[in-house]
Amino acid sequence: MKEENLEFMKRNREGVLKRIVDIGREVYQSILERRQPQLKMPVRSLNNVNYDPQKGYFEIKGRMKERTLTVSTIKTFAQTLRMMSFSKEILSTNDMATKRETYYVSKNWGDARFREQPESDGVMDDIEAMFMLNREQLGFVPEEKGGDVAGSLKIIDMDPETGEEITIDCTKFGSGAYSIPINVEHLKFETDAKFILAIETAGMFQRLVKHNYWKKANAILISMGGVPTRACRRFIRRLSDEKNLPVYGFVDGDFYGWMNIYRTLKVGSGNAAHINKYFCVPNAKLIGITPQDIIDYELPTHPLKDVDIKRGKDALKNDPFVYYHKEWQKAIKELISMKVRAEQQALAKHGLNFVISDYLPQKLAHPEKMLP
Amino acid sequence: MEDIAYEMARKQRDISIAEFFSKNRHLLGFDNLKKSLLTAIKEAVDNSLDACEEAGILPEVSVEIIDLSNSRFRVIIEDNGPGIVKEQIPKVFAKLLYGSKFFKLSQSRGQQGIGISAAVLYSQITTGRAVKIKSRISPDKPAHYYELRIDTQRNAPKILKEETVFWEKEHGVRIEMDLEAVYQKGLQSVDEYLKETAIVNPHVTLIYTNPKAEQVIFARATDRLPRAPVEIKPHPYGVELGFLMNMLRWTKARTLHSFLTTEFTRVGSGTANQICENAALLPTTKPRSMSREMVEKLMEGIRRTKIIAPPSDCISPITSELLEKGLRKEINAEFYASVSRPPAVYRGNPFVIEVAIAYGGAQPADQKARLMRFANRVPLLYQQGGCAITQAASSISWRNYGLNQPQGSLPVGPLTIIVHMASVWVPFTSESKEAVAHYPEIIKEVKLALQECGRKLGGYIRKKRRVGDEVKKRSYIEKYLPHVGEALAEIIGLREQERVRAEELLREILEKRRGALENVGFDPSKNTDYDEELASIAKPDEEEDSEAE
Repeated sequence: MKEENLEFMKRNREGVLKRIVDIGREVYQSILERRQPQLKMPVRSLNNVNYDPQKGYFEIKGRMKERTLTVSTIKTFAQTLRMMSFSKEILSTNDMATKRETYYVSKNWGDARFREQPESDGVMDDIEAMFMLNREQLGFVPEEKGGDVAGSLKIIDMDPETGEEITIDCTKFGSGAYSIPINVEHLKFETDAKFILAIETAGMFQRLVKHNYWKKANAILISMGGVPTRACRRFIRRLSDEKNLPVYGFVDGDFYGWMNIYRTLKVGSGNAAHINKYFCVPNAKLIGITPQDIIDYELPTHPLKDVDIKRGKDALKNDPFVYYHKEWQKAIKELISMKVRAEQQALAKHGLNFVISDYLPQKLAHPEKMLP
Repeated sequence: MEDIAYEMARKQRDISIAEFFSKNRHLLGFDNLKKSLLTAIKEAVDNSLDACEEAGILPEVSVEIIDLSNSRFRVIIEDNGPGIVKEQIPKVFAKLLYGSKFFKLSQSRGQQGIGISAAVLYSQITTGRAVKIKSRISPDKPAHYYELRIDTQRNAPKILKEETVFWEKEHGVRIEMDLEAVYQKGLQSVDEYLKETAIVNPHVTLIYTNPKAEQVIFARATDRLPRAPVEIKPHPYGVELGFLMNMLRWTKARTLHSFLTTEFTRVGSGTANQICENAALLPTTKPRSMSREMVEKLMEGIRRTKIIAPPSDCISPITSELLEKGLRKEINAEFYASVSRPPAVYRGNPFVIEVAIAYGGAQPADQKARLMRFANRVPLLYQQGGCAITQAASSISWRNYGLNQPQGSLPVGPLTIIVHMASVWVPFTSESKEAVAHYPEIIKEVKLALQECGRKLGGYIRKKRRVGDEVKKRSYIEKYLPHVGEALAEIIGLREQERVRAEELLREILEKRRGALENVGFDPSKNTDYDEELASIAKPDEEEDSEAE
């Protein structure tokens, strides 16, 4: 078992290394033939994704961009090659580098160094898309945490050095929580829970953990801490698939909560559509906060700002996910016409534990009414 | 009541024009000590140049300023013109509104016959000294010398001395007057006026001696006199009621029909008949017998008759080439453009607008553009704000041509603009002839000329920007090529030689695609017309600067 694991990872590394060298050879060959070298990669944006409700995730469309080496692109071109070379280096030494570390490593590249990390992240995303791989397979890992887990779940992990199995019981963290690792492919699960609740804010997660809500409802609670990371999405997806558990998203009643957090959880992002297939949770549903909740529970609200309204209108116009779901079009239009938004914590108006005693049970009783 | 009226009547009397101007000297350009020096010299030099050109003589004018201390200066202007006949000398210099130019329509510097006698009047008021005139009209005739004053009550010359003298000059006029004044350099100085005069009058030689006894010679750049302007009669559209009544009173014509055909330009027999018909007046009406009402009907008749525009061959423009050449002498810039508009007409007076611009070079980039205004080859140094030319230059959108421009103002940037208006009658806003009046036709022409130059300038600025971007882009090759080479070497394991070769090839590929690089920008040695000595004239000395602070 453990040899198998290590062997798999080694084969994966060697495959990626070979592809890096192949692309390097192509570039070199065009130069020798006096042609301008080109790098081909898919366009990473929301208007280059398809949404097929049957498949359940954003899929990349065929549009490719060609980065032809010219005077105007030479800087990014050099940086792309530099980063590929760096990927080759860490893969061949069986190491890894965080996105931030990679940015700092570029400081050795003289004029080709990155000024800010977003530049470095962009080039990394390009390479990832070019290879149609997950960046972890290139040796790069994100900085952010994968998310927190509490509830009746046992996770079987392995010791990174020996490959030996380790079992983690997520009921045994007291008032704390299990932290989702960056790579979740090798994890195995044991659970008798009935559903997964994916929560936007750490504050709401804390409240539910503190009052042992997971025990009462027999649930697995996951704090996404904002837009869910790839590891978080992959973790929920695998858990849901393997144990056949429904997933409910619980986010703020605003466009950020719906479109940036929930929609990314469900169908993936427009920016990394080449890997969405694995990093999405197509069976997720939205438990709240919905526009109807604001009315039914008379929730305290904040006015929508112009930028919020613009975000909502953008989603109506450009988001393929919204395009396929009439329910979402209706919800977005409703919120725009109400001109308000409501946070998860607004439920505290009716008492701190109202969410546990009333709100969640009432909502869970009617999964058919949840937003897709 | 009656007593008071009689009392007042005793004080009421005729005011002579000379007395009026002695009290209102600012109207003639003598409002302060610095400006007075300029105005006095300007009036004399303008007259000299007009006289020379009319006589077909290449002008050579000397200007000398002697510091007499106590804010008093002696000004001596001497020309090689045709001279003034003996009998006319006292009136020309010592009687206001006496002149030859007011009654004719011809492009000339002087217009009203006020200028030089006003300078004499100013000299008389401030120093009490007589003006000294020498004139000779031919080598066969003696030179005449006069010492004159103006009798301000009678507006008539008073001759203090009159004699025949020896003068080595074959013909010409010399005037010497003392006046209270201040001498300074700068943009509104005598030095600047003479320099600008030299710039737009390349056929003129000026010899200038300043109060520090430093002599500058602005030598003529061409021996060709400008085409002599042709005198034209007024165009019917250009006359006003009172002027028309005057013309009718003094004409030699016996009938209205012949009055119209002989006293006006562009009025033939047919047009004259049509005017009469439109005015409901008989062509045989006697001009001198016409009442005010009849003249008004005549005005109406003129208004309703279509009369072709006046001829424009009476205008003698500088030409855009010479204007630009003059500008090149003064400003060492990287880009020049010039435009001569076709003749246009305001109120029946034909005129031509010419424009030249100089951009870049050593000019300050953070200041408003310098605007040099000229009317009939005379620099206009004062009242820039009140001038139609300034309004036109401020109202076009310079942003379209790549310059910054504060709202409603001249553009900001390394730019000098010359605008010249040539006309048989330049409409000044005041007698001191400093600003052109705001006729829509004039503003329109100035704008069109500036816009044409502006478009050329915009093309240049854009090109310069493009080339600048290109140079910057090419520097990227040097910067990033080694990184492409190094990264490739790391990825596929190239040998040193292979890497160097790959970089060389890649450089070739990249540079071949960019094509040849055009050379734009400022090359100070390119402008061979630039005259550094000339350009420094009128710039305040450094010591004067520190004094001013």
